Amino acid sequence: MAFLEIQGVHKTFGDLAVLQGVDLTVEQHQVVCLIGASGSGKSTLLRCINGLETIDEGVIRLEGMRVSGRGIDLDAVRRVVGIVFQSFNLFPHMSVLDNITLAPRKVLGADPAEAEEKAITLLRRVGLEEKALDYPDRLSGGQQQRVAIVRALAMEPHLLLLDEITSALDPELVSEVLNIVRDLASEGMTMVLATHEMGFAREVSSKVCFLHQGAILEEGPPEHIFGDPREERTRAFLQRIIDAGRL
Amino acid sequence: MNTEVASGSSALERVSRTLTHRKSAVAAAVFFPPVGIPALVHSLRAGGLARSGEIEDARLSGEKAREWAWYALGVGISVYSVAFMVWLLTTNGGSVRRVFFNWDVLSDWKSWKSILKGFWINVKVFLIAEVLVLVWALVVAIMRLLPGPACRPVRFIATVYVDVFRGVPSVLVIYIVGLGFAQANVPIIGDLSDESFAIMALTLTYGAYVAEVYRAGIESVHWSQTAAARSLGLSYFQTLRHVVVPQAVRRSVPPLLNDFIGLQKDTALIGVLGMLEILNRSRFINNAKGTLAAYSMAALLFLLVTIPFTRALDRLIQRQQARTQGGR
Repeated sequence: MAFLEIQGVHKTFGDLAVLQGVDLTVEQHQVVCLIGASGSGKSTLLRCINGLETIDEGVIRLEGMRVSGRGIDLDAVRRVVGIVFQSFNLFPHMSVLDNITLAPRKVLGADPAEAEEKAITLLRRVGLEEKALDYPDRLSGGQQQRVAIVRALAMEPHLLLLDEITSALDPELVSEVLNIVRDLASEGMTMVLATHEMGFAREVSSKVCFLHQGAILEEGPPEHIFGDPREERTRAFLQRIIDAGRL
Repeated sequence: MNTEVASGSSALERVSRTLTHRKSAVAAAVFFPPVGIPALVHSLRAGGLARSGEIEDARLSGEKAREWAWYALGVGISVYSVAFMVWLLTTNGGSVRRVFFNWDVLSDWKSWKSILKGFWINVKVFLIAEVLVLVWALVVAIMRLLPGPACRPVRFIATVYVDVFRGVPSVLVIYIVGLGFAQANVPIIGDLSDESFAIMALTLTYGAYVAEVYRAGIESVHWSQTAAARSLGLSYFQTLRHVVVPQAVRRSVPPLLNDFIGLQKDTALIGVLGMLEILNRSRFINNAKGTLAAYSMAALLFLLVTIPFTRALDRLIQRQQARTQGGR
């Protein structure tokens, strides 16, 4: 039994078919990278996994249990599936510390003092301990994104989804965020990430999936996808990335 | 630079036409000659300088013409307004002044005391109504935004409430609530005091307005905030309570205070229920003394409350703008 199983998932927005039969399995401690052009369905797939979008067809199972379709307590699913967004989405009216401890306190019923202690420990890990009492708008993009990662980690998720988390950052701030993801990968965090950072995907992932028109056209270990892709479309996509100087 | 040198006279003409500010200067001279005529003089001089090729000096003169034209506008409007007020007060042998600013009444301490006593009722009513509106309107706004088919009836009821009470004049609501419950002998509610009815009526009316203010505020919080909160496992109501409503209320403060000014002024209507509030007391004084000066006193008292309120509101909006513009 795979840790995360996605079978035949379809999703349409109005007339637009965004996902057209996605099959994907993720084992525990794997890091799976979703690559592909804009509009190929990477973000939508991630948002379907934690129920931010409903799916029209197919099934998603997490740790053996169905998490898609009717009658699912999505709040319970989201307690164990964290997500980090491209645009950080920190709560602007709360300090960094409150951003991080809100969910542990309100959802898990954690003791406020313990939650704060844990939040500080996590902040120290990402080098933002001294920002604990600042508000998000005082932080740089990279710092905000690191806080957003910590906010997700504070719930101790079994699975972490990262939705193009460096795409809204200035180039010089990308590495500080990716270093954290690298650390998490080496600690065995199970992650699915949509990314345009091909070098990073190649380095960190156990499996790379190339999405094309709402389906996974090709998947395999990074050395296969980046070194010797089988599909013509994968090659063309990677060639465009190379031409842009991004690989 | 290039065009001036290269294309000769036609470029010069174009330059002179724009730099003399002729239209503004003429308008200024007509509107308020004492200041407008210097504007026209500068403008004409600028035209002359431009024709003789002294573009830089022409520009300086043109700029002066424009400056004088602005002063003509500002000074002119002020002078005409003050003149109109003076005319109003002195016309017909100063009758307006005698009716509205009758010194015998205005300097009468007993009249002031009586009106202040009445005003205290209005103040009590609007303070209590404002607190109730803050809470009640939020309840209505949230009812209107409840999701899903299960809550359709609730949404419908809230929508009907808002439509009805925004559509009926507040003075009618005061009559209906204030007289109706007592006349129909409704248990408990029927025995309330006139003040309580007034508070209830104003809360119902302004609750509908402020509910719409809150609703706009809630809808203006970007959905990504909800997505972030829900993806952390927070429930719908936890997300509202901790993430959406705090941000929405902050954004709603300026328009909300605006409605509160309206509420404060509308307390002048509760006199229709017959209690001795500010309007009834001023009317008694006016009837006794044969002037309208007590209304001026009442107006002054309202201004003493609403002007600081509006100024505070302006400052608040400014601060908020500075923050949102500087923030990102």
